[in-house]
Amino acid sequence: MASLTPVSGSADLRRPLPALLRRPGFVISSVFAVLVCVITVVPQVFAGLFGHGDPRRCDLADSGLPPTPGHPFGFDIQGCDLYSNVVYGARSSVAIAVLVTAGVLVIAVVLGGLAGYFGGWVDAVVSRVMDVFFGFPALVGMIVILQTLSVHNEVTVSLVLILFGWAGLARVVRGSVLATVNSEYVAATRGIGASVPRILLRHVLPNSIGPALVLSGLNVGLVIASESALTFLGVGLQTPAISWGVQLNTAQQYFTTNPHLLIFPSLFLTVTVLSFVLLGDALRDAFDPRLRYIR
Amino acid sequence: MGRYILRRLAMAVPVLLGTTFIIYLAVYALPGDPIQALAGPGRVVSPSVAQVLRERHHLDDPLIVQYGFYLKGLLTGDMGVDFDGRPISEIVAAGWPVTFQLGVTAWLFEAVIGVLLGTLAGIRRGRAADLAVLGGTTLVMGVPFFVAAYVAQIVFGVNLGWLPASGTDAGWPLAYILPGLVLALYGLPQTARLTRTSVLENLHADHVDTAVAKGLPRRIVVARHIVRNSLIPVVSLLGVSLGYLLSGTVLIEGIFNLPGLGYQIFAAIPKHDGPVVVGIGSLLVLVFLLVNLIVDLLYGILDPRIRLR
Amino acid sequence: MLESLPGFDPAAPLLAVDDLHVEFGAARVVNGVGYAVEAGETLAILGESGSGKSVTARAIMGLVRPPRGRITAGAVRLRGVDLLRLPEESRRRLRATTVAMIFQDALSALNPVLPVGFQIAELFRVHRGLSRRQARARAVEVLDLVRIPAAAQRAGDYPHQFSGGMRQRVGIALAIALDPKVIIADEPTTALDVTVQAQIMRLLREIQREHGTALVLITHDMGVVADVADRVVVMYAGRVMEQAPAADVYARPAHPYTEALLGAIPRPHRRGRPLAVIPGAPPDPARPDPGCRFRQRCSYASEACEEAPEQVEIGPGRRTACHEWERVSGR
Repeated sequence: MASLTPVSGSADLRRPLPALLRRPGFVISSVFAVLVCVITVVPQVFAGLFGHGDPRRCDLADSGLPPTPGHPFGFDIQGCDLYSNVVYGARSSVAIAVLVTAGVLVIAVVLGGLAGYFGGWVDAVVSRVMDVFFGFPALVGMIVILQTLSVHNEVTVSLVLILFGWAGLARVVRGSVLATVNSEYVAATRGIGASVPRILLRHVLPNSIGPALVLSGLNVGLVIASESALTFLGVGLQTPAISWGVQLNTAQQYFTTNPHLLIFPSLFLTVTVLSFVLLGDALRDAFDPRLRYIR
Repeated sequence: MGRYILRRLAMAVPVLLGTTFIIYLAVYALPGDPIQALAGPGRVVSPSVAQVLRERHHLDDPLIVQYGFYLKGLLTGDMGVDFDGRPISEIVAAGWPVTFQLGVTAWLFEAVIGVLLGTLAGIRRGRAADLAVLGGTTLVMGVPFFVAAYVAQIVFGVNLGWLPASGTDAGWPLAYILPGLVLALYGLPQTARLTRTSVLENLHADHVDTAVAKGLPRRIVVARHIVRNSLIPVVSLLGVSLGYLLSGTVLIEGIFNLPGLGYQIFAAIPKHDGPVVVGIGSLLVLVFLLVNLIVDLLYGILDPRIRLR
Repeated sequence: MLESLPGFDPAAPLLAVDDLHVEFGAARVVNGVGYAVEAGETLAILGESGSGKSVTARAIMGLVRPPRGRITAGAVRLRGVDLLRLPEESRRRLRATTVAMIFQDALSALNPVLPVGFQIAELFRVHRGLSRRQARARAVEVLDLVRIPAAAQRAGDYPHQFSGGMRQRVGIALAIALDPKVIIADEPTTALDVTVQAQIMRLLREIQREHGTALVLITHDMGVVADVADRVVVMYAGRVMEQAPAADVYARPAHPYTEALLGAIPRPHRRGRPLAVIPGAPPDPARPDPGCRFRQRCSYASEACEEAPEQVEIGPGRRTACHEWERVSGR
């Protein structure tokens, strides 16, 4: 796996912006990504575009009805307006994506940084723990742990995603910290008597945070996809939570008779994941092409 | 080579202990009643059943002893019984051929298609084929693959009727082609892209000039001196992706109704059948570790620099 | 094999490069290079980095290919057969059997994931159609020939298991395996320690003498040139500045650049005095220049130098491309 780890990396966060704006992939995907974020903050604005816009106002008489005027996506099995449910569904996806990305970033920078900077037994311990988490086949570990939890909400699902997500990023941070620490200029800074915190904050951190940020950006789409997969399987968010995963979970029993139940949530989910993946891709290309082939 | 194998085995042991211990902690040692955790929330457990469960899982012994029993059971194939009293080892025995066939099918699709596309893109860098591969892989990465599974099932299985849409009645390979392809989508983009980069790196390597200067025919130069060298990092990725394929089987076997190990987990979750999820989940972790071990050993054969370091 | 190809002429020079032009994008890195070498002869190509000496060699071997580089004009003839006009298949058959190359850095020139014996055996299998076993036996013989101790055992080793000097012996083994008529050695000793350099040069000399091979030795080491070369071609900015028998070049250079190169060699009797350096830097190959490419750095430069000098014959086997050669050589 050594060949998949970048030797070092630093990102200039100012220069590539104009170049980015000229890429159609970046512009389109960021428009969608921003749109999803706006929906998350003020879902009622979008939900109210057609019909009553209340995801909880349901009438069993409407159960599973196909799209009608005022209800462009039709109704779900409980007779709730599917459009407003799908719109509100963005909330949990984005909330979990934000929580997980932030959590993974913090843990990865702290642990990866400590391992890379201090080396020795700190590095040995952190590296062995990382190895253990690389020993899990992604979803399986999460499924087992989530299955045993009694509470399934945004926070617990995020915690499990963080638990199995930090190791990959920490390894990258460790690698870039290691490269910085062993560089001539850090040796020179030590030579003139700079303190450890100063070296960490002024030299090591700025050089390692770039690749870490770019990679986390790249992972946002994958976090959303994983969350929806877990929820779809039934170990993630549970009804009555409004989430694409829950909607798809319900839809799988009815997809031959009521295909719209499956189509609209998957459409939103796909567009969201795809736009975050494209956005991450464009950012990575712009900021640090060396990271292109990790993952 | 002997020393390399020994060292790699020594590295696998702490990982094995670590992964199983984490699962063990989560299930049996987290705050709360492990009996309830095993039974699933909301299920009423009668005192007699609870007593049987306590004894079966040695819950009255010290933590480390309990863990020892769990690990021993896992390694000897004694993983307890499900809620209907059926031994989990029996469920595993019935399910693993399906999962094995699905995993191998998907893995072959991923390896063959990924390497071919990646090599094509690398050799024709910047031309239409390359751009198509790059664009296509990005697209595939962005589609959550259980959505892709439903699309494939509905379009190719139900509407067009080209391939069986569900179940294993058609046998291997027919019943496994569609689920195998969808499962392969999971790792295909990374495989194709890594192959492409690796081919690009090797395409202009000095040793390729030597091969040309030796008067070797173009196909030997490409196959033996470019692609073979390029495959080294790809093999490592393919090894790891076998593990991801394993976790993908939970979704794919569930959606395509293939009665394998993943399907058992898929079906056990709504029933809150904890022993099945934990037992088969742990087993999949073991298989993943074993596969990674084998892949690393193969890697040593492929790249002498690693083996002899 | 060569005999059956179009243009074959037994009286023509063994290897002749004629008016070769190579471009890498906008950069014209080789501008009308020509030289010839005969069987048993050692021709040293002398010049600094970027003078086009390696690119010329790679062009001879067919290693300059689009989209990276393009041969825009000229000819590379083996006994009159123009390699640049041959179909690729015929050309491939001549590589290693008639013209072979030794690369500068044997570590990167050898495939890291194949045993060295296998890499040599490939030659016998592809060009001679030998079986796997026969080819392996021949590979061991060749390794023995380049004096690798315990060749039979080491044939199964990988390039990274050899020391630098031993690795370059493997590189030489690859080149001599099929007993080619011409060997092009591109700075074969640059990556090696000084003591090992001498051993490798001795080995090359011996092999050349035994087989009557023509050796094109690309180097920037004036000392090596003095030891082994029969004739010298001095290159600068993609052109030939001067060519002459080796002794003549040292005795009386006929081009200001050659003179400057000789002046830059540290010599015992000049101890304590500053080492001569050539002022300025080589010209940008991407910028066309109708004049002599060396004139900006030349102490003899005159108005005539605004026009590129033609090569003129100034003695037996001696040519120079300088308007002022008479002043330089002091005639």
